[in-house]
Amino acid sequence: MTDLTDLGVAAIRDGVAKGEFTAVEVATAFNANVAAAQAALNAFIVTTPEKALDAARAADAARAAGQPLGKLAGVPIGMKDLFATTGVQTTAASHILEGFTPQDESTVSQKLWDAGAGMLGKLNLDQFAMGSSNETSHFGNVVSPWRRNDGGNAALAPGGSSGGSAAAVAARLAPAATGTDTGGSIRQPAAFTGISGIKPTYGRCSRWGIVAFASSLDQAGPMARDVRDCAILLEAMAGFDAKDATSLDLPVPAWEAGLSGDLKGKKVGIPREYRLDGMDDEVAKSWEQGIAWLTDAGAEVIDISLPHTKYALPTYYIIAPAEASSNLARYDGVRYGLRDLPTGAGLQDMYAATRAAGFGAEVKRRILIGTYVLSAGFYDAYYTQAQKVRTLISHDFTNAFTEVDVILAPTAPSAAFALGEKSADPLEMYLNDVFSVPASLAGLPAMSVPAGLNREGLPLGLQIIGRPFDEQGVLNAGLAIESRAAFAARPDRWW
Amino acid sequence: MSVDTATVAKIAALARIKVSEQEIAAMVPELNGILAWVEQLGEVDVTGIEPMTAVIPNTLRLRDDVINADPLTGGNMRDAVLANAPAAEHGFFGVPKVIE
Repeated sequence: MTDLTDLGVAAIRDGVAKGEFTAVEVATAFNANVAAAQAALNAFIVTTPEKALDAARAADAARAAGQPLGKLAGVPIGMKDLFATTGVQTTAASHILEGFTPQDESTVSQKLWDAGAGMLGKLNLDQFAMGSSNETSHFGNVVSPWRRNDGGNAALAPGGSSGGSAAAVAARLAPAATGTDTGGSIRQPAAFTGISGIKPTYGRCSRWGIVAFASSLDQAGPMARDVRDCAILLEAMAGFDAKDATSLDLPVPAWEAGLSGDLKGKKVGIPREYRLDGMDDEVAKSWEQGIAWLTDAGAEVIDISLPHTKYALPTYYIIAPAEASSNLARYDGVRYGLRDLPTGAGLQDMYAATRAAGFGAEVKRRILIGTYVLSAGFYDAYYTQAQKVRTLISHDFTNAFTEVDVILAPTAPSAAFALGEKSADPLEMYLNDVFSVPASLAGLPAMSVPAGLNREGLPLGLQIIGRPFDEQGVLNAGLAIESRAAFAARPDRWW
Repeated sequence: MSVDTATVAKIAALARIKVSEQEIAAMVPELNGILAWVEQLGEVDVTGIEPMTAVIPNTLRLRDDVINADPLTGGNMRDAVLANAPAAEHGFFGVPKVIE
């Protein structure tokens, strides 16, 4: 029998439905992989093997009784620990929320359970989703299952912030996982670990029950081993939710059924501003290869200009911290989470002590930046200016999409770097989001698909950015690349 | 614009985060590095440009005027609300004394 943990979402769903294997067998196999990898990869903050088995038993019972099966019946998944899960600790990888046990379920996770999925555990991430390497978690770094082929065995970053999700899917600890993307937190880790991930249009997935980082940017999305699995997951996750004021009141398209890698008549834009001076030559080469693949799929390739691209990162690093400083004001040691009450301290001292003890260095840094740019006297110079530049960045895309259907670019400026390599300089870490942040600022659907390996044996990703609401166009271009890249590499199991 | 130790101490106080003098000293150059970098936005001509308020056009909805229409966001859940409070007392959030 094949190793069930080599199967993706579609294969598990179909195999369970046909009775080729049971959902309990699948859950048991993934639970075993999760347990065996935890010490080395640290992908999970808590594991919930019984939850995975409960959902599997329900799927098997439904099938035995001849009842209709959910779209994800028998599929166990990993849940980023940013989604509130009833009765299961939800921390955002922070000390301040350590021990927090939600009384409610996030809309997205509830939809996944309703579709028949089961939970393998809560996945590690950068603290409050702030980071690009999964080095800011209170619960330790996630280690990528990938290693360079130089024999050095340096521990590599899985990317961030959805680093646990990426590592788990790449290492076959889960066939798929949820992620969230604020400035690239689904796409960059997917690229670093050789998997696929899509951030849908802002508002497609409800934010209700997701620990907030930057509310105008945060979007949930799936991470999986191929484009079809992403489409299946996204269909289950998306949909209108009255509890999120920015939720899109639109029907959820049948993305899986609509998949087609035939791009005849489609136009693909290549943004010239993404060609950075000193660009990694292998990233440039993989981009050229992507252009050739999309041409082969029938698309016409057009050079386009997104003139405000260079301002996207500084815009993001004003807007995201500003929103974060406001969102994270709720952690006060009163309503939930940590309380640090020094002897004899008053209320204000308790707030300050609690937040000092409960937030990590990067979170504090961003709260302080956000507080500064929103403070009296600086608000217009920083925050209002950034919101205006954000409008210009969005206009750039609107103009480009009068000419082209999708945009192709690298996902990240490099392959995975080593843990510790960039963590000393916050600014250097921020620059890793250079290609992913613009689509986030414009609320556009964007996905990363694996394109190949670099000479160090590490995966490189290609990014497709689409028009608002055109996840289908993004998935289809992703599929066209996927079928030509034929990416089959996987990390050798050393853990 | 750049920040000095007094400014960092002030914004930390505004953000209700206790920081030591040592931490402030370490943060000053870090924050100045980030602020110097974001200041390039000042060179963008934004004449006549409206600040972005909604990235995808959407309308604000009103919910039906029905009590507890959605039980997840309705009332009568005191115990659930207090379940994670570090010091819940007598059905309330407990805090240090604030009245002298």
